[in-house]
Amino acid sequence: MTIILVLIPIALAMGLIGLIAFWWTLRSGQYEDPAGDAARILMDDDDRPG
Amino acid sequence: MNTLAAGDLSAFVGDTPDGGGRIELLVRGARCAGCLGKIERGVKAVAGVDEARLNLTTGKLTVQCADRRRADPARVIAAVQAAGYAAVLFDPKAALAQSDREGRELIMALGVAGFGAANAMMFTVPVWAGLFGQELGPGARTLMYWLSALVATPCALYAAQPFFRSAWASVRRGRANMDVPISIGVLLTLAVSFSETLQHGPHAYFDAAVTLLFLLLIGRYLDHRLRLKAQGAARDLLTIQAPVALRLDDHGGEHLTPAAQIVPGDRLAVMAGDRIPVDAVVLDGRCDLDNALISGESASVSVGPGDKVHAGALSLNGRLVLRALARSEDSTVAAIARLMEIGAQSRSAYVRLADKAAAVYVPVVHTLALAAFAGGWALGLSPREALLRAAAVLIVTCPCALGLAVPAVQITASGLLFRKGVLVKSGAALERLAEIDHVVLDKTGVITEGRPRLTGGHDDLLPLAAALARASNHPLARALAEAAGPGPTAAEAIETPGMGVEGLIDGQPSRIGRAAFVGGGAVPGDGAELWFVRGQAAPVRFTFADALRPEAAAVVRTFKARGLGVEILSGDVEAETARAAQAVGVESWRFGLTPQDKAAAVDALKARGLKVLMIGDGLNDAAALAKAHASMAPGSAVEASQNAADLVFCTGDLAAAPQAFDLARQARSRALENFGFSALYNLIAAPAAMFGLINPFIAAIAMSGSSLVVMLNALRLAWRGGTRP
Repeated sequence: MTIILVLIPIALAMGLIGLIAFWWTLRSGQYEDPAGDAARILMDDDDRPG
Repeated sequence: MNTLAAGDLSAFVGDTPDGGGRIELLVRGARCAGCLGKIERGVKAVAGVDEARLNLTTGKLTVQCADRRRADPARVIAAVQAAGYAAVLFDPKAALAQSDREGRELIMALGVAGFGAANAMMFTVPVWAGLFGQELGPGARTLMYWLSALVATPCALYAAQPFFRSAWASVRRGRANMDVPISIGVLLTLAVSFSETLQHGPHAYFDAAVTLLFLLLIGRYLDHRLRLKAQGAARDLLTIQAPVALRLDDHGGEHLTPAAQIVPGDRLAVMAGDRIPVDAVVLDGRCDLDNALISGESASVSVGPGDKVHAGALSLNGRLVLRALARSEDSTVAAIARLMEIGAQSRSAYVRLADKAAAVYVPVVHTLALAAFAGGWALGLSPREALLRAAAVLIVTCPCALGLAVPAVQITASGLLFRKGVLVKSGAALERLAEIDHVVLDKTGVITEGRPRLTGGHDDLLPLAAALARASNHPLARALAEAAGPGPTAAEAIETPGMGVEGLIDGQPSRIGRAAFVGGGAVPGDGAELWFVRGQAAPVRFTFADALRPEAAAVVRTFKARGLGVEILSGDVEAETARAAQAVGVESWRFGLTPQDKAAAVDALKARGLKVLMIGDGLNDAAALAKAHASMAPGSAVEASQNAADLVFCTGDLAAAPQAFDLARQARSRALENFGFSALYNLIAAPAAMFGLINPFIAAIAMSGSSLVVMLNALRLAWRGGTRP
């Protein structure tokens, strides 16, 4: 059972990483223009998101 | 937008934090990567522009210039137009206010609640397994609960912020909305779970608290998205008719200025095709004014120097120079605006369906919980056991289904309406629309198209008259040209504003216009008319009338078939109103009403206990729109009317009105079904909790199960399309 002492922190850390990543996407305005971002991927001279 | 070509546009350049200039425009028609690239490249090529970024979702183009003085909105607009798209300037102050803070908070709360629910579940699933006889000792169970508490408590406290705030605001006003039991439920669940875990008991509900919040936040976020979308769409509509004015300085220079900055005494220029920005007196120039949106009159009025003109009137031909008599907010609209405010106040007293349900639900559930505690204690349970029962009642009768019941239905219904071109301003608007039992229609622009159509004339002379008419913007001339179809324009055509057009047809001097201008006038006429003469021939007369919308009669029939009373309130003259009322089959009509009369008529109907739906487009309807129980305006309506109306239909098809009404009624049935289901569910769950038959696993299943049923029931609206309930 001691294995859960290792597994629990790993599981929690993975969840937290997901949450922090979500927070970062929100802060960097990645949901401001979904239609535009979908279109920009097709453009050659545009190299940054947002 | 012919004024955009002229004048100084510097009022539309905003400041950036680093001292540069920022211009914001609304671009219409851009849909794909090709459009995006073309517009951005075109605008970046303009001198002085450093950065151009188009938001394809909202259509907003943001242009940055490092040097504020080199920022030239006119050139940016020209560049967008050269790429083949229409662009309109945003007022910088209005544009800056648009940032969706509430939405970002909600979605972050949703993310945190999702994280909390999933990870707390990770620790509670072993406990649930233990409930079915698998081996899990009390020590391991307590460890799982502590870990669950570690994740769920901070997440729940963070994610519940929107509910806490709303509940607190509601309690302070002495009322209890749905967020009060939610907040109490969440806090009590956490408290009881902590006490259970401390005493190594089996009944902790940490996962339930945070899952409840996750489900509720989905409903809350949907509701927010709906409102935001409706507001955004309404704002875009208004930007198209952005109130700007061309102000003249002492040296004859022209400056494009937001209408709100005009002060009395300013000299203004109004071009053909523009609206008059403020109440003013004509200094110079002569033209025909279309007052239809202010008074509902279908015939245009000729004005010249010395005449007073009202804000909102449309100049049909010729340029006017005006002296402003009032500020924008003191103009003709002021009296109407005051009436609108009173109407809006009476409307804010409307109690929404969800709050009505909460008013019943909150006391009942809290009484039950109290009864469970007192009864359990009296019947010999320990106080701890009794408190646990009370908490179980609060948790299992969680207002999850109730909280989702209305938003889930309304977002589905509004989504359907959006696709049909109808904007819904709020969920409450849909609820009010479902309750109406009387329909009041404006005539001009609602039953009729609001513009004239050719009704009589000489078919063989029509192509010739149309050649002259094409040179003019006057609505009668345009109607004539439209009736004749495409063709040439007469040579050397010159328009005399307020009189008519003169030109050469087949080398012969010809005229079209007023009787006095052409030389006709022997026929006494009441309606709109144009006279046409070619060479030495006798003048002939073309007559016009404001054409009925083809679907108007069917719409009136539909409303009547639904058992609603239908009535026309018009500002137009008796003959026109009677003709329109008869044509669409409405027996009850009134004519020659001022805006105040219309509002009073709506009030009188309300006093008789009727719930009125008002459909109108003019400034003269705005007060009545605001006072009515529910209101609709076409997308062609004036700004004030669109603001006052609950629903705006952009298709220009009046049939949207009964469709929206039917859908609103269906939405209400679905919402009531959802309430019925929630009540049924609580009727079973509450006693079960009171008798101690609920464990954490059953609570979790019951809670998500009831929310799912409510959601699926709401989606039935979309599956059924727009059929009758």
